Amino acid sequence: MGHDMRFRQTFIAAAVAGILAAAYAAPSVAAEGADKPPGVKWSFSGPFGKYDQAQLQRGFKVYREVCSACHGLELLSFRNLAERGGPGFTEPQAAAIAAEYQVTDGPNDAGDMFQRAGRVADHFPKPFPNENAARAANGGAAPPDFSVIAKARTYERGFPQFIIDMVTQYQEQGPDYIAALLTGYADPPKDFALPEGAHYNKYFAGHAIKMPPPLQAGQVEYTDGTPTTVEQYSHDITAFLMWAAEPHMEARKRAGLQVMIFLIVFAGLLYFTKKKVWKKVELHPEDLTPRKPTEYKA
Amino acid sequence: MSGHLTYQPRSPIMKWMERRLPIAGLVYSSFIAYPTPRNLNYWWTFGGILSLMLVVQIITGIVLAMHYTPHVDLAFKSVEGIMRDVNYGWLLRYVHANGAAMFFLAAYVHMFRGMYYGSYKEPREVLWILGVILLLLMIMTGFMGYVLPWGQMSYWAAVVITNLFSAIPIVGESIVTWLWGGFAVGNPTLNRFFSLHYLLPFVIAGVVVLHVWALHVVGQNNPTGIEPKTEKDVVAFTPYATIKDGFLMIVFCILFAWFVFYMPNTLGHADNYIPANPQVTPAHIVPEWYFLPFYAILRAIPDKLMGVIALISAIVVLAFLPWLDTSPVRSARYRPLYKQLFWVFVAVCVGLGWLGSQPAEGGFVIAARILTIYYFAHFLVIMPVLGWVERTRPLPNSIAESVLKDGVPIGASAPAPAKAKV
Repeated sequence: MGHDMRFRQTFIAAAVAGILAAAYAAPSVAAEGADKPPGVKWSFSGPFGKYDQAQLQRGFKVYREVCSACHGLELLSFRNLAERGGPGFTEPQAAAIAAEYQVTDGPNDAGDMFQRAGRVADHFPKPFPNENAARAANGGAAPPDFSVIAKARTYERGFPQFIIDMVTQYQEQGPDYIAALLTGYADPPKDFALPEGAHYNKYFAGHAIKMPPPLQAGQVEYTDGTPTTVEQYSHDITAFLMWAAEPHMEARKRAGLQVMIFLIVFAGLLYFTKKKVWKKVELHPEDLTPRKPTEYKA
Repeated sequence: MSGHLTYQPRSPIMKWMERRLPIAGLVYSSFIAYPTPRNLNYWWTFGGILSLMLVVQIITGIVLAMHYTPHVDLAFKSVEGIMRDVNYGWLLRYVHANGAAMFFLAAYVHMFRGMYYGSYKEPREVLWILGVILLLLMIMTGFMGYVLPWGQMSYWAAVVITNLFSAIPIVGESIVTWLWGGFAVGNPTLNRFFSLHYLLPFVIAGVVVLHVWALHVVGQNNPTGIEPKTEKDVVAFTPYATIKDGFLMIVFCILFAWFVFYMPNTLGHADNYIPANPQVTPAHIVPEWYFLPFYAILRAIPDKLMGVIALISAIVVLAFLPWLDTSPVRSARYRPLYKQLFWVFVAVCVGLGWLGSQPAEGGFVIAARILTIYYFAHFLVIMPVLGWVERTRPLPNSIAESVLKDGVPIGASAPAPAKAKV
């Protein structure tokens, strides 16, 4: 058996092993008694994916005007809005946005807590003082924080789709689920017993969701001519949430390309070096003499 | 064979040093002149890959520990702080988290290679048992590391696994309370897991030294499973093994980088991005993929205590493999029946892994029971019986003979010149 062939077999076997390993990771959460999200074409998917700055800014507008009434963004600071790879606000813009919020600070010299205008270093204020307050105001279900929600939601892809996903780099289960959920409100089927205070949603596990349909057409004004439909809103807010969950994604994928190019070139060079070194062993085995004792010289 | 290839320092500095601490000589005899069988294939490079992964995990882990806070109220936030505000923190954390998965992948390939070629057989029993100990240490380290981000899966994994000890009769409950440092999984549990997660990798490093030491005493096995007899059967570790190991390490890094840079969360669970909440149980509590076969075995047994015993036995049985395998022939290359049954065993392990990811109900439980029985039967019935009944194929006289035919490499079109200069 030739060396190339053996290598090819090894490589294929290693690739298969890797895929199988990854396959196990296929999450088995959510999605019982729920439809599969249709999937959206995101600007940030794939190895060269980037966030669409205009979309992130629109999504932030939707968050501010609709979602932020109930959902926090507590892991993010206002400064993040002006950081590279994000919505692309300028620093003065981020400072102006921060100043529109009231933030609790203190204690001051008198020992009292006080309210002041937000600064870029501040985190987004929470909509409720604590979880019990959040629950009490929302019919017993506390609205989840939005900081990492795009990575905290998923749906099962099933076999063999998850193996194909390893190769195609599909990993937008979270955004696809969120976008589908926001547009998935419908009238319940006749035989469906909807609990009191719940709403029917095609994509929510168990279909009964406490959150009323949050988005209505025309609810948020867009100044750039983008259509103000529920579908458009849902895409924009979802893209914004993906950025909130993964603010360094662009830097990561950019570094990934550099690393990949380096590793592939390096592997190629090592392969040919290895071939040259081993040629002697393979072609002239009778000539194989052990190395003479020497001092190793670098 | 290697006796005469000793290091002889020439420079005065190295001569001075060698008389006091012969470390250069140790490196020379272990990693340069060390004779390795000439026919090692790429499956033999995973030991080197594992060493690389251990170093990667220790380096990234030490830096992560500088930024992590082991407290139930702060752990999740501090991990997100690493992801957002530490320079290249996202890289450190994704390398560490995916590195654990790659570490296990390499370990399983390494073990399956040992099983295929009979590398555990006399005189390599201690080498193999040290490997089983390393696997146990890796499992403990990996589990405790997974708890540290204190997400939903972290918390509930800690609850499920620590509760296994409650199956021990009489003292079980007391042991669990002692492990928790309280009456539930809480802050003391997280603190001790962090402490042990930092300690165990260095224990692993220590056992790796023993593993490599044992390897260098008995020498490497090889695809023929017969010992090197003459100098024609071996090549020097450097450059031959180093370049081959180095090449596959980089190929392995390409797979590693694929996950780190392009799909860093694919191998994890979405639920672990939800902060731990003792009041909400996730729909399915699923361990990381590398524990799924063992998890399937645990859940296949209806009795809790017996389930825990089966789980532990599934790993411990590996240590007895050198004596359970009664065949006089090492390599599956010359064992036609074992060669097939080996792949059946691999398929059973993969199948158990898949079942571990599925809910424990209906047909999944029945399938898990059948595969669990097969898993143990492979070690306890098939391996001993096969050695007695199998007709093995004739072994070559030497490693050199297995790769050469009449002094000519198999596959070469023309005979090599007798006195070729290269």
